Amino acid sequence: MGNFIVTPSPHITSNHKTSTIMRDVIIALMPALVAAVVVFGIRALVVTAVCVASCVLFEYLIRRVMKRDATISDLSAVVTGILLAYNLPVTIPLWIAVIGSFIAIVVVKQMFGGIGQNFANPALTARIVLFASFAVHMTTWANPFDIDTISSATPLLDIEHADTMALFLGNVPGCLGETSALALLLGGIYLVLRRVISPVIPLTYLGTVFVLSWLLGSDPVNQLFAGGLMLGAIFMATDYATTPITTKGKFIFALGCGLMTIAIRLYGSYPEGVSFSILFMNLLTPLIDRVTKAKAFGTQKKKKGAEE
Amino acid sequence: MSNFKTFSKGILEENPVLVMLLGTCPTLATTTLASTGVGMGLATTFVLVCSNIVISMLKRVIPKEVRLPCFIVVIAGFVTFVSFILQAYIPDLYDSLGIFLSLIVVNCIILGRAEMFASKNKVGASALDGLGMGLGFTLALFVIGSCREILGFGSWLGISFEDLLGFWPEPMLFFITPAGGFFVFGVVIAVVNLIMRAKNRKPKEKIGCEGCPHKAECTKQEGGCDAC
Repeated sequence: MGNFIVTPSPHITSNHKTSTIMRDVIIALMPALVAAVVVFGIRALVVTAVCVASCVLFEYLIRRVMKRDATISDLSAVVTGILLAYNLPVTIPLWIAVIGSFIAIVVVKQMFGGIGQNFANPALTARIVLFASFAVHMTTWANPFDIDTISSATPLLDIEHADTMALFLGNVPGCLGETSALALLLGGIYLVLRRVISPVIPLTYLGTVFVLSWLLGSDPVNQLFAGGLMLGAIFMATDYATTPITTKGKFIFALGCGLMTIAIRLYGSYPEGVSFSILFMNLLTPLIDRVTKAKAFGTQKKKKGAEE
Repeated sequence: MSNFKTFSKGILEENPVLVMLLGTCPTLATTTLASTGVGMGLATTFVLVCSNIVISMLKRVIPKEVRLPCFIVVIAGFVTFVSFILQAYIPDLYDSLGIFLSLIVVNCIILGRAEMFASKNKVGASALDGLGMGLGFTLALFVIGSCREILGFGSWLGISFEDLLGFWPEPMLFFITPAGGFFVFGVVIAVVNLIMRAKNRKPKEKIGCEGCPHKAECTKQEGGCDAC
């Protein structure tokens, strides 16, 4: 009888820890980094390194200043750094990248209580603040394979005539990590197979964009592969802390993201709407969570007029 | 309450914007530059002092049931006065404040002070209260405006740092946007809370051994009071 161990619930545990999940995300982000270095050259690696180093440094310093436990070993700051770098053009001045890391880690993440407490995706919010601050730097797209020449525009502006294969492989101007749909898809498949993310959000998001752009007369395949949609749908819209918990909630979340993205892309004044739509749905997440709360086992929904 | 206290409480302790969170609309709208913030603050201070005095004088005449419309009429009179003066003598400020100058009429700080203070207190105290609250409002607008101008335009009170120093990093236009205004507003409120908390903590440290509730037990132990 001595073999029984009495413990409080939960009794079913998994091997997932924050650091192992973050490690998987980092591994999944690597193909896109390789693609970025191949397409944009070694400066892509430099920008990523600066973002990661400054994110980890800010995370360490702010936890020291706020007298909280050090959390850099959970690797979440590394992921934020990589995602932030993927959202910057390769020509970005490095000091702007450092400001972005400060906004992501200190303002968006730690001021709201650190990992799991932030209401919006840190890398995404940093990108939007930088976009609102340094519009010229943030929209200076380098040509692939020749970053000294500046491209006129992102392929999003002329989506009908874009080369689908170039968009798929990443041979187009754009942010560092968003150009190669192939590399991002590889990372996404890895995350789904490792059960780090559920495929509900990426599939619903991409599906909504596909169907809507087809219905509204745009080129649906090019809409999928262009801009930051793949990066957003696979890596940003699946952040645990800022997306709904239940499958139904995730579905609503991704549907909203898709609607907003297409609305901004086709009718808005900005060429790209992925970051705004995900941020907007981040803000709605607590409400979605409340509406889609799981029913406790054995309870019944109150029928209308049951009290009378 | 002493006269000085009546005046000074509006500066920090009961600052209308940063503590009572009244008048947020002009605070966010007119603080893209430090100078427009100060202009807005001073115009409001003038209206606030005058309306406080008049409402305090009229407090026995105004029937309770219709006091709010009466207050608004008094306030609107002074706002019209200020906007004519500014249009005539400081047209630049008049243009940059735009619609927000007329909107001083519905600024909740002014109506709030009329309702909470001027209609219940003597004329002198009401004037001091209005002056303190107005200067507190001006100070808040100046601080927020300075932060936003320095970070968003790279200048302060119209003086560009780049002209002055020869170099200055590119300013972050984010701070000029409404979102940046909210951000700076929140940070300034947090700083004020920190200051107030530090202020309130001081007396507790001064208690020492005499005020300590455990004094009776501590003094019996070895090492006496210092060991506790």
